[in-house]
Amino acid sequence: MRYLPLTNTDRQAMLADIGVSSIDDLFVDVPEAARLDAPLDLPRHQGEMHVERQLAALAGRNVPAGSVPFFCGAGAYKHHVPATVDHIIQRSEFLTSYTPYQPEITQGTLQYLFEFQTQVAELTGMDVANASMYDGSTAAGEAVLMAHRVTRKKRAVLSGRLHPHYAAVIENLSDMGGFELAQAEIAPTGAEDLLALVDDDTSCIVIQNPDFFGNVADFSALADAAHARGLLLIAVVPEVVSLGLLKRPGDMGADIVVGEGQSLGNGLNFGGPYVGLFATRQKYVRQMPGRLCGETVDADGRRGFVLTLSTREQHIRRDKATSNICTNSGLCSLAFTAHLTLLGGNGLRRLAALNHSRAVTLAKSLGVVQGVEILTHAFFNEFAMRVPGQAEALVDALAERGVLGGVPAARLLPHAGLDDVVIVAATETCSEADIAAYHAVLTEVLS
Amino acid sequence: MSRKYTKDHEWVSLDGDIATVGITAYAQEQLGDVVFVEVPESGRQVAQGDDAAVVESVKAASEVYAPVSGEVVEGNEALTDNPALVNEAPDSEGWFFRMKLTNSDELDGLMDEAAYADYVKELG
Amino acid sequence: MSEKQTFSGHRGLSLEEKLIFEIGAYDKCGVDLEDAPQTAAQLGDCAAQHEIDLPALTEPEAMRHYVRLSQKNHSIDAGLYPLGSCTMKHNPRLNEKMARLPGFSDIHPMQPQKTVQGALELMDMLADWLMTLTGTPAVALSPKAGAHGELCGMMAIRAAIEAKGELATRKRVLVPESAHGTNPATAALLGFQVDAIAAQADGRVDLQAFKAKLGDDVAAIMLTNPNTCGLFERDIIEIADAVHEVGGYFYCDGANFNAIVGRVRPGDLGIDAMHINLHKTFSTPHGGGGPGSGPTVLSERLAAFAPLPFVRKTADGVQLVEHDGHTDAQPFGRMVAFHGQMGMFVRAMAYMLSHGSDGLRQVAEDAALNANYVLARLKDVMSAPYGGPCMHEALFDDSFLKNTGIDTLDFAKAMIDEGYHPMTMYFPLVVHGAMLIEPTETESKATLDLFIDTMRDLVRGALAGDMARFKNAPELAPRRRLDETQAARQPVLRWQPPEIEAKAAE
Repeated sequence: MRYLPLTNTDRQAMLADIGVSSIDDLFVDVPEAARLDAPLDLPRHQGEMHVERQLAALAGRNVPAGSVPFFCGAGAYKHHVPATVDHIIQRSEFLTSYTPYQPEITQGTLQYLFEFQTQVAELTGMDVANASMYDGSTAAGEAVLMAHRVTRKKRAVLSGRLHPHYAAVIENLSDMGGFELAQAEIAPTGAEDLLALVDDDTSCIVIQNPDFFGNVADFSALADAAHARGLLLIAVVPEVVSLGLLKRPGDMGADIVVGEGQSLGNGLNFGGPYVGLFATRQKYVRQMPGRLCGETVDADGRRGFVLTLSTREQHIRRDKATSNICTNSGLCSLAFTAHLTLLGGNGLRRLAALNHSRAVTLAKSLGVVQGVEILTHAFFNEFAMRVPGQAEALVDALAERGVLGGVPAARLLPHAGLDDVVIVAATETCSEADIAAYHAVLTEVLS
Repeated sequence: MSRKYTKDHEWVSLDGDIATVGITAYAQEQLGDVVFVEVPESGRQVAQGDDAAVVESVKAASEVYAPVSGEVVEGNEALTDNPALVNEAPDSEGWFFRMKLTNSDELDGLMDEAAYADYVKELG
Repeated sequence: MSEKQTFSGHRGLSLEEKLIFEIGAYDKCGVDLEDAPQTAAQLGDCAAQHEIDLPALTEPEAMRHYVRLSQKNHSIDAGLYPLGSCTMKHNPRLNEKMARLPGFSDIHPMQPQKTVQGALELMDMLADWLMTLTGTPAVALSPKAGAHGELCGMMAIRAAIEAKGELATRKRVLVPESAHGTNPATAALLGFQVDAIAAQADGRVDLQAFKAKLGDDVAAIMLTNPNTCGLFERDIIEIADAVHEVGGYFYCDGANFNAIVGRVRPGDLGIDAMHINLHKTFSTPHGGGGPGSGPTVLSERLAAFAPLPFVRKTADGVQLVEHDGHTDAQPFGRMVAFHGQMGMFVRAMAYMLSHGSDGLRQVAEDAALNANYVLARLKDVMSAPYGGPCMHEALFDDSFLKNTGIDTLDFAKAMIDEGYHPMTMYFPLVVHGAMLIEPTETESKATLDLFIDTMRDLVRGALAGDMARFKNAPELAPRRRLDETQAARQPVLRWQPPEIEAKAAE
């Protein structure tokens, strides 16, 4: 087999050196009842060509986003990833390297992590960022746990406009960890009174901007009010490109900013792997979960980088760790930082402006279709749209006609009375022709 | 009163009813370079054996336990800016916190200097 | 070695590279973007009022930046990584090619299920293979990494205990002292009390001591098998039976599955939950620290509690179940947005299909063979606390270095100069100065022979008092030993422009 370098001659010689007569002698500690005498009932090994054929057939039964007018968002966004980025992450020394625990021979990884941390801190307007988490949703969960640790309280207040999966992840961690939470009612528009849900045992308020329905708003007043009551304000950013055109969560008073970095450098990949962003204020640095890369010098006095403040992590603190996290998103964070390096701040602004412009155009175009109402008034690249009848059936009908028109809100919120709402996104990958096609097909389906 | 020692390598020295607590030279050597210390706030009540402080080195993090019960009156703020003091002067300037004793009998259960020296020797 | 000084700071092909913030520019861009058409902004009161202070590099400059950084990294493509517990095996490029097929990489997790049946089928196929290989009836695919899978398994156990109304009384989780740090961290996160189990002289769980700790307040045992000393827990079936008898559950850390895949099914050993690291046993790349993937298999006792979402076969094709209203099972909740690490599922599937059941069995055999070969040919000069046979990794302690003044760390750094990534150090904690070596099955005999000979020479040097070789190491890596104390005492976690740094220093 092509991946196994040992030959039978090698095996015989090695068994002899070990002093046993067969490989079974090495498995002598396995209880007899559990020993498998033969390979399991699964297909036998196959050559590359056959494996390719099989997997390509499966891949061929999916509709790629790039093959049709495409408008799905809801926490994962289709952006153009420069060819350079995908090439960089496939270099052997990045792809097949290990976690940088031996810094002398992993300065490549450590330096790009340091650059990543700097970029994330700058984008979010915070003091410090970690070297990434699994994804935005787990980052949000960890942020709530961190707020409980910092304030020594046990209850979180959640906006009703969080991505439903993010809220579910926070809820799951809360249940399991013996914490409490309260969530505001779910409604696509209108004011939310989150302060009314706060009590003496509340550690934080969690909001999302842009929120699940696309709304964008300055939350400084809420942050001030939260601080006045001794709470932390956690801001969730599901679409990192939005930070190219919106006020920074740090400037609006967030204490912890978490987000999904998938939009930069990383394709849709059916939901993973993605890259969680986590940033906070200097004073909370020792309470931050995840890996951290820091600058130092080597024995010759030359600048270098190392993983640092590791004593927070599980491999040292064990049952007193700040979380049980072991990995960061490695290659996905490299893709993010490489893409952002190519763009720079000014490029990100222009990219964001393009996104917003497409979304505004799309909203105008769909908004004039009979029976359609655009619910979101201030948005970045995504908005909620009310349609006649069931949104799920409509989206299916659009798909049958070759347009992937968005995500029915009810798919993520089946009991919120939002069966007639579609979440629609438009990025720089949407052309004028795509928008026209959506308009035409929508008109046809609704007539 | 001469110093007393715990099995977890804390030392405690008494002045009236105020006890000063630190970690021993052996402990700081085992830890390596100390990078961070978290001392308790004054007013905190601790029972003998409770977690009182945290000391972190690059490779390990350890609890520092209250060797006796009482109320913390002062944490050593100098350790916040200069954790290296724990390595440089574990028996003097590297003290962790001071506390008011509630039960001086608890000291009787601790080791004296000779007993602690033997204890460390056994650890090898 | 030439001591020649250079003007540029580069040394031949060994090139120095600054930070992007030091070499980038605000008036450059590595991406050609069209101008946004003049549409009125609809940003409400949230429009940015700041400049984003991040410079850019053009494409050639960016490529050079990252290529130079890559040259400072060791990688499994370049050489052996004897890292115990990490299973640094070859990462097949077919995996990468398949993961990048647009039908897998360019699909959105929330597009209509009818438009992604091929993807759902692949998830279902992976689930079938994992359940067959482990002998279990259920699997949760969504955990994003090994530690996340561990959390999943323990959450399922907690949910099962809660369903029986025993959450208030079952608070204790038994964990061997030799366990990986994630085990107690996970238990503590879920509100359990961690109770350590001692090992016996042969490196395995002390069965009597373990049984003595059992009671009806025990929620679970968390065991790694083969264990972190590289040894198969002979008493594992008895251990499973004993914990089940008191109404507890058996969580198995599957990090070392590479040793037994295709030769033993953990389900037959009595496990209730086991996470699998796709980035260890199933060859998905380590990527310098991630992304991982930690699907978790579950026994009949726990199957009902598997988290959302999960795939199931129906008459109309494969369905993704995303809400507890759509199932009779009692999922404990959702651990992550969307469906899991699809990119890693494709890679792992390409690997599994390539090896097949016969190949995977060979993988475990060659992994054990390679580890035992290393153990057999080093144990006369290095100190192995457990004689053998081992499974897929060989454990040594530092007693062979006694009185040399050289410790495990020094020994490891000297390996770097010899071209090797060091083995896992100081883990497990149950032996002093641990050195854990896992060659994996993708190393040739010739590679192992050179490695063994090099290690023997390092031992010879240590015993001969060649201090400089160890204390000054590494001398030949892109950087010498780094000051980790300073990094922790005065953390600098981001770049700042020099003016700001100077101000901060005042």
